[in-house]
Amino acid sequence: MTPTIWLDLSVAAIVLTASSGVPGLALGRRSGAAQGLASLLVIVGSLLGALAAVAVLAGAAIETRTLPGPLPELSLHLRLDPLAAFFLVPVYLLGVAGTLYGTRYWKQAEHPENGRGLRLCYGMLIAALAGVVLAADGFAFLMAWELMALSAFFLVTTEDDRAEVQQAGWVYLVAAHAGTLALFALFALLWAVSGTLEFRPMTSSAGTQGATSVLFLLALLGFGLKAGIVPLHFWLPAAHADAPSHVSALLSGVLLKMGIYGLLRIFMLLPAPPPGVGMLMIGIGTVSAVYGVVFALGQHDLKRLLAYHSIENIGIIVMGLGLALIGVSAQQPAWVALGLAGCLLHVWNHALFKALLFLAAGSVIHSAGTREIDRLGGLGKPMARTAALFAIGAVAICGLPPLNGFASELLIYVGLFRVNADGASRLWSAAPLAAPLLAMAGALAVACFVKAYGTVFLGPHRSESAARAHEAPSSMLLAMLLLALPCVAIGLLPALAMPALDRVVLDWIRLDSPPPALSELVPWMPIMGMNAALVGSVLAVLLILRSRSRRRVPAQTVTWDCGYVRPTATMAYTASSFAQLLVGLYGWLLRSRSRDATRTELFPPRQHFHTNVPEQVMDLVLAPLWVSFRRALAPLRALQHGRVQHYLMYVLLTLCTLLALLFPIDELLRRFLGW
Amino acid sequence: MIDIATTLIHITVMLVMPPLLIGVINKTKAWSAGRQGPPLLQLYYDLLRLFRKDMVLSRTTTWVFRAGPVISVTAVLLAGLLAPFGAFDAPLAFDGDLVLFAYLMGLARFFTASAALDTGSAFEGMGAAREVSFASLAEVALFMAFVVLVRLSGSLSLTPMLHAPMTGAFHGLPAAALLLVGVALFVVLLAENARIPIDDPNTHLELTMIHEVMVLDHSGPLFGLVLYGAAVKLLLFSALLLHFALPFTFGEPLLDWALFAVGLLAVAVAVGVVESAMARLSLRHVPSLLIAASVLCAFGFFFTLA
Repeated sequence: MTPTIWLDLSVAAIVLTASSGVPGLALGRRSGAAQGLASLLVIVGSLLGALAAVAVLAGAAIETRTLPGPLPELSLHLRLDPLAAFFLVPVYLLGVAGTLYGTRYWKQAEHPENGRGLRLCYGMLIAALAGVVLAADGFAFLMAWELMALSAFFLVTTEDDRAEVQQAGWVYLVAAHAGTLALFALFALLWAVSGTLEFRPMTSSAGTQGATSVLFLLALLGFGLKAGIVPLHFWLPAAHADAPSHVSALLSGVLLKMGIYGLLRIFMLLPAPPPGVGMLMIGIGTVSAVYGVVFALGQHDLKRLLAYHSIENIGIIVMGLGLALIGVSAQQPAWVALGLAGCLLHVWNHALFKALLFLAAGSVIHSAGTREIDRLGGLGKPMARTAALFAIGAVAICGLPPLNGFASELLIYVGLFRVNADGASRLWSAAPLAAPLLAMAGALAVACFVKAYGTVFLGPHRSESAARAHEAPSSMLLAMLLLALPCVAIGLLPALAMPALDRVVLDWIRLDSPPPALSELVPWMPIMGMNAALVGSVLAVLLILRSRSRRRVPAQTVTWDCGYVRPTATMAYTASSFAQLLVGLYGWLLRSRSRDATRTELFPPRQHFHTNVPEQVMDLVLAPLWVSFRRALAPLRALQHGRVQHYLMYVLLTLCTLLALLFPIDELLRRFLGW
Repeated sequence: MIDIATTLIHITVMLVMPPLLIGVINKTKAWSAGRQGPPLLQLYYDLLRLFRKDMVLSRTTTWVFRAGPVISVTAVLLAGLLAPFGAFDAPLAFDGDLVLFAYLMGLARFFTASAALDTGSAFEGMGAAREVSFASLAEVALFMAFVVLVRLSGSLSLTPMLHAPMTGAFHGLPAAALLLVGVALFVVLLAENARIPIDDPNTHLELTMIHEVMVLDHSGPLFGLVLYGAAVKLLLFSALLLHFALPFTFGEPLLDWALFAVGLLAVAVAVGVVESAMARLSLRHVPSLLIAASVLCAFGFFFTLA
């Protein structure tokens, strides 16, 4: 048996992180020691796991291992290959950052009622995420998947005394299990077709054509629900907004990506898809990207805004995936490499900057006590460091150079344009039309983050609580810095990430010709030169300006408001006003509801103005559907009336029925009656 | 392969010529209104004066306010290294540089708008909101134009892509596609540079401005950078447009540079004529114009498929 050192290390990491919250259960409700111990276990475990993942990405051999399962013929298979390792890196990085952040953000002494449960589930979730990625058979995968869904549910409902949290939690639970159901069907069918639960590439034969289509649709449903692609995203905004911020960071940063991981893994198993599948994925991705950003523009809640941006970014990731699939269909290794690399790098990038933004938003909430964007403002002065870190995240998520978002979007753009330049008129000729829409999503993201950053951190304070805000403690800042540094590093030196991507692409692709190296497809040298020139000259000019203002101190005065001497905070533009033009432009999609304050009297009393953007799929489709389901199934309620005797009778009846079904009746007849 | 002389001339033209274009636009407008107008070189004098002046800063502002103009100018100038001028190659050309070009403009927009919000003024907030809103539509038109050009030229870099019309290899539908793209790019130029009919740089009512109102609080050298950056951006978009308006080369560097310079001035005159002949659109009609530009390019794309 070959030694499996990196895989063993990963298993050790899973055990350490999964058990991190357990010692705390035995210690006191206000014990800070338990929190310290749990954090230490998570951090040590994550470092071990990350080490293994990096080793495999750097070129260590693929390792597999079989563990004994609960039943003789059900053993658990684990496999650490480049794709798994690639997804493990953000899991552990965000795990460490979130844990570090949580030590102050969710201090045990301040949250005696739920701090221990939160930590238990946090460690459990990190372990489950790693388990999903390492699983190499349907059974192990579903076990880890379910553990992941449940621990995420308990994390979302940490503050279960609040009604909106309960609501968000239930919707999440239902969505997660609807997805799991689809996955059960998926793996059962896969087992029926290929005869094994293990993940092995299917051999394409004529008879499996129909099964393949069903497998694809089931995967799209099950994994799409997890990833939150439109229209399966309905559970996402509320769940991510109402969880504690370091939980939101983990949910948005890596949990969503498990849907993408699942799709990538399934496409490794299925035979090469027809080009329509790739086009469908590009279409879904484009719709998600635009839908997500447009809805983000309409939000007034900082965390909901960030949650909608996750839908946008998942859309961008799915576009990359679609491009890779078109490449597989068209036998174009360059398209596969560009699409897949864009998809994967955006998985990393989104994990980094979205977690950074959620943590920064958490610091804002921690310090100013509200999530309402229009009640914040001017936090750039008291919270200068948090503001700078949020700015890094904001520029990165808009895909602007010189930060990391640009590198991954560039890969997807180049791929799309290449389809355009290389392709004769085929089905995929329409794929490049996704590029202008991606550009539009990018420009709308700029609008949305100028709105968020400008209203929260710039301008005057809009409320008392914003005026009293203070800088986040250093451990929280350190956690954010841990995420901001890779954003800057990947942005300035994207070529550094290419070898890891090349390795995953080479492992994923199943074409006759090997894919070209990414550094040959996208010229990173001039881009890195431009990045360096940009950063260098901006710093140089700012230094010149600074030394100049030291000699000639600029006069300080009030903002020019057309001659007003004392402009007040109420005169500053709010986030709602800022987005109003675009919200109007996309009114057909957003259906924003506003309670208007039209003045009719001569001396009007105090007026209130209120707008909100409903979650379309939830409010317009699912909620009515749910109500009619409940009405249709109402007669069945008679079965559930609270009498234990009757319940016992149900159990007995069920048991008898099952026994009767199992009863070897033909044998009985043959043996005793001689039939 | 890099031609040092061309690069030097490229950078010199990009650095020195932009304020002249603004002067030409203003002179054209004055001439058509029967006025004398400011001197052609007025913006040069203004810039020199502004860079010597002191600054006044609002107490509300943070570092973003000061970084805004600096980042914008730098981003725009770097984008200028990617745009080919006339018949010459750009100093830097590589696959995907078109995305970098557009996204550097996006970076400039992000910080200009953020700097505007940093002052806490309602007027500047309005300007910033309009700028980012309309830019999201102009971006679609620009990328639609790129899609058509990539398809026609089979290349992913601005230099060969924009030199494609010069080869004279396109007739019939592809040539019509190029024409449509040219018209759309003119609209994008007007929108991105805040000219009539999208925005009126000369208005004196803050409520109706877009670009000018975002920079109300900038003063001294910072304001100088803002004005200069805007002029450079105008030059770059004019240079893009010229590849469609004047797709010719003499094969002689000196004549080609002269042709390019004359072309730039002609674009400035054209902008001036538009400004003299038209009123600005009301704000709610601006999106229609920008969507129309995208639709033109979409037609162009379908022409290339035929």
